[in-house]
Amino acid sequence: MALEATDFYRLQSSLNSDERQIQELVGRWVDERVLPIIADCFEAGRFPRDLVPEMAEMGLFGPTIQGYGCAGLNNVAYGLIMQELERGDSGVRSFASVQSGLCMYPILSYGSEEQRNRYLPKMAKGELIGCFGLTEPDGGSDPGNMKTRAVQDGDKWILDGAKMWITNGDIADVAVVWATTSEGIMGFLVDRGTNGFTTREIKHKFSLRASITSELFFERCIIPDSQRLPTARGLGAPLSCLTQARYGICWGAIGAAIACYREAFQFTSLRQLFGAPLTHKQAVQIRLADMVRQITLAQLMVLQLGRLKDAGEMHHAQVSLAKWNNCRMALDIARDARDLLGAGGIVAECCPIRHALNLESVITYEGTETIHQLIVGRELTGVSAF
Amino acid sequence: MRILTIVKQVPDSNATIKIAASGTAIETAGLKLVMNPFDEFAVEQAIQLREKGQPVEEIVALTIGDDKAAEILRTALAMGADRALHVCDPTLLSHDEVYLAEILALAIQKQPQPFDLILTGKQAIDMDAGEIGPALAEFLNRPHVGAVVGLEISGKQLKARRRVEGAEEYMEVELPALLTCEKGLCEPRYPSLPNLMKAKKKPLDTLKAADLPGVEKISRRSELVAMQPPAARKGCKFVEGEPAQMAKELVRLLREEAKVV
Repeated sequence: MALEATDFYRLQSSLNSDERQIQELVGRWVDERVLPIIADCFEAGRFPRDLVPEMAEMGLFGPTIQGYGCAGLNNVAYGLIMQELERGDSGVRSFASVQSGLCMYPILSYGSEEQRNRYLPKMAKGELIGCFGLTEPDGGSDPGNMKTRAVQDGDKWILDGAKMWITNGDIADVAVVWATTSEGIMGFLVDRGTNGFTTREIKHKFSLRASITSELFFERCIIPDSQRLPTARGLGAPLSCLTQARYGICWGAIGAAIACYREAFQFTSLRQLFGAPLTHKQAVQIRLADMVRQITLAQLMVLQLGRLKDAGEMHHAQVSLAKWNNCRMALDIARDARDLLGAGGIVAECCPIRHALNLESVITYEGTETIHQLIVGRELTGVSAF
Repeated sequence: MRILTIVKQVPDSNATIKIAASGTAIETAGLKLVMNPFDEFAVEQAIQLREKGQPVEEIVALTIGDDKAAEILRTALAMGADRALHVCDPTLLSHDEVYLAEILALAIQKQPQPFDLILTGKQAIDMDAGEIGPALAEFLNRPHVGAVVGLEISGKQLKARRRVEGAEEYMEVELPALLTCEKGLCEPRYPSLPNLMKAKKKPLDTLKAADLPGVEKISRRSELVAMQPPAARKGCKFVEGEPAQMAKELVRLLREEAKVV
């Protein structure tokens, strides 16, 4: 029996029928709705906002949440959704990651019932878009030393500071903002239109061009205490959100790698050089085989990670190892696929260069590669070496 | 009004088809299987009739196929069908669509209430036989309109629009009737993930041969004896020389080798 390059170990057979159907459904949507337009969006630096209602209609926002109009899927199904979205584009996956993992998750986990009811159903429907403000202009890897401050004044908080590299910032209806207080780090839900809250889009990006990245500014921004996430206290709260989003990235990166592998394989099997298709050459076969090796390893990793998460046994350092491995894997494959496509590989119509450029962000955001290496190192040695 | 949609599981149109070792079937391991796209129009149309205010009491999806075919019934339920029927018995599988239509007719007649409208694809993209619709209409003794791209219902009257060479034609039938659906009828929706989960709770009944008394009397009228991949295409031949010579040589080749002029 012939083996499938992008499912070399037949992991499809380890998925249940829900998981398979969900992957197929989202995959089909990506094929029909994302792939035909995404190269143009990337080139024009335009986020395909028209896709948001369609994604909402399909239930792609907060899909693991039980209730509040969400689907209540398991984490493997969630991972497969992220993989299929990123097979389209990292920007589209980022939108869904931020909405689900970074905004709906903290509202569900740390919000009051009133906050959950007010935000979650509308966020699931795509009627409210969220963004997550943790990283600051002076750095992202050391969030414990953030400069954004919230000072309590009776039943209000006064928020001052700035956040940077915030996906969806300019189109967000609500920002989940993390700030230092006299009692440690706390999270606030800042609605668009709140006095003193402004956003500015970051232009001139060479990566994630089909996604919106912004700066957030808070200038004596008055937030009622009812907009504070009541149970979020300390750095652990925003870090738990990052674990959610990183988990999705571990899967998403595989989607980008698969798209690049497929295009490289198709091109090299058709392109004739020196009297034979390129795939007949040892050098090309070794490179394709190495891509499949890396994709397969990444797939084995995330499937086990997902099963652990569903069993409630996932450790955040396991997510770090997979985020490090899978982003590096996808970036290496995207660059190598770009190279295999020859001169044609530099134009927008070929996906590897777009994925390679996007993955430069993906390997950086939600914890750089170095940070994840040091998280694993800390787990091994018990010593924090940041 | 009660609507029945008949659906079939087929290989995805982008899948690479390989013939199994038996030589009479295709390799299904690892093959991506989907609902026949023309059948998706049927399911979507049924749901749209309900959404657009027709008094639709029930939408049922029916398939005949192996265990895996239940997946497309789940899809139909997730799109909006109310319940599903799966004729699933290894002794009843065949490529003979008239045989399958006769079994489906038996399964339909066994239902507690009759259907006012039966919708299915104009053909399945795997075997392209296009026989299920007309054959089933015949077995059920119902009017049939094929390859429909539009329909209007008022009371018991149904007006169906079809494309013909360079024009369109309208056919009127009285319900109950059977229509086969053509691309252009409607745009099938993507089922939502919450609906996909809810679909698990909708009734899906399986029918075996033993549940269909009389099925043993139905016989296959044709048999699939062998499958072969298409012959590999031969390479191109380039005619060289001066234009006049080339034309002469081309005509000679077309006449003597290709034998087309």
